[in-house]
Amino acid sequence: MQSVAGDAVDALYDNISGGVSEEIKAERRAELGLDKPFLVQYANWLKGLVQGDMGISYLSGKAVFPTFMSKLPATLLLMVSSISLTVTVSIPLGVLAAVRQNRILDYVVRGLTFAGNSLPGFFTSLLLIYFFSLKLRLLPVMGGTISLKSIILPTLTLAIAMSSKYIRQVRVTVLEELQKDYVTGARARGVRESVIMYANVLKTAMLTIITLLALSIGSLLGGTAIIETIFMWDGVGKLAVDSILMRDYPMIQAYVIWMALIYVAVNLVTDLLYHFLDPRIRRAHSA
Amino acid sequence: MKAGFRISKSIRFRILLSLAGVLLVVSALSPLLAPYDPYVQDLSQALQPPSGMHWLGTDRYGRDMLSRVMVGGRTTLYTALSLVAVISVFGTLVGIVSGYKGGRIDTFLMRVSDIFLAFPGMVFAIAVAGVLGGGLINAVMALAFISWPKYARLARGQVLSIKSLSYFSAARLSGSGTVKIIFRHILPNITGIILVTATLDIGTMIMELAALSFLGLGATPPTPEWGSMMSNGRSMLQTSPWVILAPGCAIFISVVIFNLLGDTVRDVLDPKNNQ
Repeated sequence: MQSVAGDAVDALYDNISGGVSEEIKAERRAELGLDKPFLVQYANWLKGLVQGDMGISYLSGKAVFPTFMSKLPATLLLMVSSISLTVTVSIPLGVLAAVRQNRILDYVVRGLTFAGNSLPGFFTSLLLIYFFSLKLRLLPVMGGTISLKSIILPTLTLAIAMSSKYIRQVRVTVLEELQKDYVTGARARGVRESVIMYANVLKTAMLTIITLLALSIGSLLGGTAIIETIFMWDGVGKLAVDSILMRDYPMIQAYVIWMALIYVAVNLVTDLLYHFLDPRIRRAHSA
Repeated sequence: MKAGFRISKSIRFRILLSLAGVLLVVSALSPLLAPYDPYVQDLSQALQPPSGMHWLGTDRYGRDMLSRVMVGGRTTLYTALSLVAVISVFGTLVGIVSGYKGGRIDTFLMRVSDIFLAFPGMVFAIAVAGVLGGGLINAVMALAFISWPKYARLARGQVLSIKSLSYFSAARLSGSGTVKIIFRHILPNITGIILVTATLDIGTMIMELAALSFLGLGATPPTPEWGSMMSNGRSMLQTSPWVILAPGCAIFISVVIFNLLGDTVRDVLDPKNNQ
């Protein structure tokens, strides 16, 4: 990134009409330490990092760490709401579609998930804005402030995309499980269908769902660049896009560290959950 | 050969292939077929709703939306197709080398692909495109950067499972060289799954390419491209929704066709679904 022509100072002043003289740019670079060689800049940043200082933003001049932290709640909120909506919609629908395989309901659900998979997020969000905000005038167009009303549309957009994936996956997994011998065995013993579904099939299907969830949570915590940008949702995804476009390296570096943390944390939690949920893994370890 | 035969017999496949063909031919010939010049501005006709004269209406410069969507399809569809072609070939190649050679080369190549997989794809693509600057070529490079590891992983896994099969050992014992083994024994066995993934990827790539253009990191005006057309029309969503709907539906329809095509190819090739 550092090798590219044009830096934050250029990006900052190029927007001012008429431009700014080279002296002012140079002064600003000296202030930010941008006139030093790249390796020196990196060493300085690393030195700050171990002392808990992530530097200051080239653009706003404010400290990176508090700025980054101030954007986190919005992203976390959006993640929680969209994941909860997705899970509450996907599991029942996926199971229903599997139980009624090749009947009308199954076809309807499959058709809808297919359509959902073929809609780009930015088109979904524009359609939602058009219908709910502009035609029905029920909801605000842009987020701006975080409120119950402004979170609905971004949540819906994300949930539509994710549910389409989840429902398909849940349906396939449940169908696979229903073919297995233990289900036939349980049925032969006269166990009720609902008990088989809840106690056995869904429990096994949870493993697939958790794998999917881990992937989604990981990428949602990184912020959904496009959705956050469209809805002006002030989260880390939008922050990342803005910083990238303006070459605000300290901010980008903070974002990279955040992503690395998520990656490690999500993997660890997923492995631990597998351990609890899958007896095969559990016994293999304790034996 | 057998698989190819089975595919071509499927009616669903034939219909979808023709639909995709129509899409590609129409957009390839769009400069001839388009009713209006997609670049010519006529401000007296600005933001006209769909009518007999302009089937999909006009944009804020009075340019005919139908013509722009058709010519935009040429940009979007062919760029997505070439992108998929490049990453699937490159990724497969890396995967085969990695799986076949094993050892340090394998570790190195897989760690490199890990780097690309660790980030949310779109953010990474935006970063690469942001660094390279706008423009369609740079958007393609950004997407290629983040998408090849999928194929490398897939091909590597396939090669590893083939390596454990006895026909592979037989081929090696009978003295076949590396090149012969790769082209005669490995490639034919993994093209199926790579092909399915690639077909399904066309839709994804159309969407991601359009998304980058939507953010202003893809095609630059006045080149018609579906994503950037939607981005330009955003502010007119309330008064003239057709400016958004036309390219949006074009994206949706093309993605649906290519996704269905991919699903069909997979269903036919997968013996589990042939019961």
